[in-house]
Amino acid sequence: MSLSSYAAQPATGPGSRRSRSGPLQAWLPKLVLAPSVAISLCFVYGFMLWTFILSLTNSRMLPSYDFVGFAQYARLMANDRWWVASTNLVLFGGLFVAICLALGLLLAILLDQRIRQEGALRTLYLYPMALSFIVTGVVWKWLLNPGLGIQAMVRGWGFENFRFDWLVDPDMAVYTLVIAAVWQASGFVMALFLAGLRGVDDSILKAAQLDGASLPRIYWRVVIPCLRPVVFSAVMILSHIAIKSFDLVVALTGGGPGYASDLPATFMYAHAFTRAQIGLGSASAMLMLGGVLAILIPYLYSELRNRRHG
Amino acid sequence: MPSFARSFNKTTLALATAAAASLALPSANAAEVEVLHWWTSGGEARAANVLKELMEAEGYGWEDFAVAGGGGETAMTVLKSRAMSGNPPSAAQIKGPEIQEWGELGLLGELDEVAEAEGWDELLPPTVAEVMRHDGSYVAVPVNVHRVNWLWANPEVLEAAGVEMPTTLDELFSAGEAIREAGYIPLAHGGQAWQDATVFETVLLATGGTEFYQQALVELDEEALGGEQMVEALETFKRLRELMDDDMSGRDWNIATSMVIEGTAGMQLMGDWAKGEFTAAGLTAGEDYLCAAAPGTQDAFTFNIDSLAMFRVEGEEREAQQALARLVLEPTFQEAFNLAKGSIPARPDLDMGEFDSCAQQSMQDFQRTAEEDGLVPSMAHGMAVRADVQGAIFDVVTNYFNSRDMAAEEAARRMVNAAQAAL
Repeated sequence: MSLSSYAAQPATGPGSRRSRSGPLQAWLPKLVLAPSVAISLCFVYGFMLWTFILSLTNSRMLPSYDFVGFAQYARLMANDRWWVASTNLVLFGGLFVAICLALGLLLAILLDQRIRQEGALRTLYLYPMALSFIVTGVVWKWLLNPGLGIQAMVRGWGFENFRFDWLVDPDMAVYTLVIAAVWQASGFVMALFLAGLRGVDDSILKAAQLDGASLPRIYWRVVIPCLRPVVFSAVMILSHIAIKSFDLVVALTGGGPGYASDLPATFMYAHAFTRAQIGLGSASAMLMLGGVLAILIPYLYSELRNRRHG
Repeated sequence: MPSFARSFNKTTLALATAAAASLALPSANAAEVEVLHWWTSGGEARAANVLKELMEAEGYGWEDFAVAGGGGETAMTVLKSRAMSGNPPSAAQIKGPEIQEWGELGLLGELDEVAEAEGWDELLPPTVAEVMRHDGSYVAVPVNVHRVNWLWANPEVLEAAGVEMPTTLDELFSAGEAIREAGYIPLAHGGQAWQDATVFETVLLATGGTEFYQQALVELDEEALGGEQMVEALETFKRLRELMDDDMSGRDWNIATSMVIEGTAGMQLMGDWAKGEFTAAGLTAGEDYLCAAAPGTQDAFTFNIDSLAMFRVEGEEREAQQALARLVLEPTFQEAFNLAKGSIPARPDLDMGEFDSCAQQSMQDFQRTAEEDGLVPSMAHGMAVRADVQGAIFDVVTNYFNSRDMAAEEAARRMVNAAQAAL
């Protein structure tokens, strides 16, 4: 849907104006766009379709075309590890998005107070985003290792009973993913919010001040409601980072202890590529795609509707 | 419908292979083999080079197709895409039941002429030969034999704790207690699924013996998987956890080995690739570090055999491929390769004078257990069951080992499910 609209826009818009200078000019935009449309049709949507077809077969080591209906989905539903991975995703995704938003907004509001050295601070907060999740994962793996990191350090200060062993605790390992991911992404959310805050019209703030509203009240009642579109994009970006999360898990916990911190992406990789269960892996990939669509469709819907109104 | 689909599938594969062969012919050199492997670390690469030189000495070309990544996951992914596009290499490092899977896809070529000329049937122990055959024909050639059920120990730590090298599980537990009291970690371990499974299969072998091992982990017999002996094995396995440190989660095996080398830990249960770490640290077997069959498994040998499977190729490439298969089992290569790799030769008739004491003991045990039916394939290293079943068993083992409240009976029940779950 979005593709056709991208392809159509330039043709009807500027194209019609230039049609005086010959038929080639009218076709040029379409010609220029055609390869990328064709490529994404084939390599994005085509492969999605292929994955869906594979998820209906009993493909094991190599793709085969023995169709078994929805048997792979049934197996997936009966798979204990898949449920661990899905529950983890809900926990991880929910906490990650919520904490990032709260922390990012807080940092942005604090930075917005026209303080000195703002540029330097902003870079400092944004810096983690420049790192790969692999690096973040490895660094936090050392920090959280009870024998090397924070726990050992605090015990070294004399607090012998201090415990912070979430990384090796099957019930808590998934929260260590949240810690590392929040560390990585909250600076980026801050940047988004900061841009949004700078976009709020000064006259509204002045009016609120004249009415005698206190600063927290102005933020709560006036500024934050203005940031609604920013919140929306931040949630979009964060939640699809959460669903795609793979490298962080691999580097930080390796899915362990056991498979306690497995996420759907690592589940999919393990089954499709190392365990010779391409069918089951494809089924889990389709369910992940379903998860992404569940977020994307309302977004596209509201975007398109707004555009029509505007 | 399904049978139609399968035959259709086979035909497309056959067509694809034929097409690829005709495409490959003009570009490839007269008689050249392309070998996909992941022997990329220092010693391994040197060992693989020996094979290349042997091939070149006989006038064949060698195209190296090495894909880095220890466990070979990346290499297998590359191989699958090559095979799917109908352009497989002449030979690839494939092992265990996976050989059968590739064979069922109709992609492997047979080696019966070489095998007959060289007398492989007499040369190889029957258990090993069986792994190399598909449909009665040889399709792969063994490169080396790793033993998985080893116990490694630091003699200084044992001495400080006043214990001997344990030979039974009971001795292992009491030695472990003594080592802990002396202030060391008794058992070094890395909490990764395959390492958990390595220790588990060793414990299962020690508590149940080879016959039970065969029933449970090779034949996937449901009574064995869910029965009392399995519960006992699982409980003993869990008890071992008390001998390990708390930080083991996610640790690599070689880090665990280095704990034994440095003397922070006393012992480790790991296959003989651990020897590579001891050797690299400049230690001598029998003096600076000790090796022994894992407690309670003296009469058994859990093998993990690397092998080269041969793909179906035509004409001169096939001739070169057959020569490759012959050279792999020749003493020159077997000796040079296994000295570098830490494993033992796949043919039991070689002189072991050059090897260290651990390898010599390994070879003795290999020959002895081969005669006494004590050779069992390693489940943890993909020699016993197909990758999907293996993965399902890994999940049960590692989940049970790491969970605080799962009962052994529950784990045994899940073990039965895991064996059934493969579609």
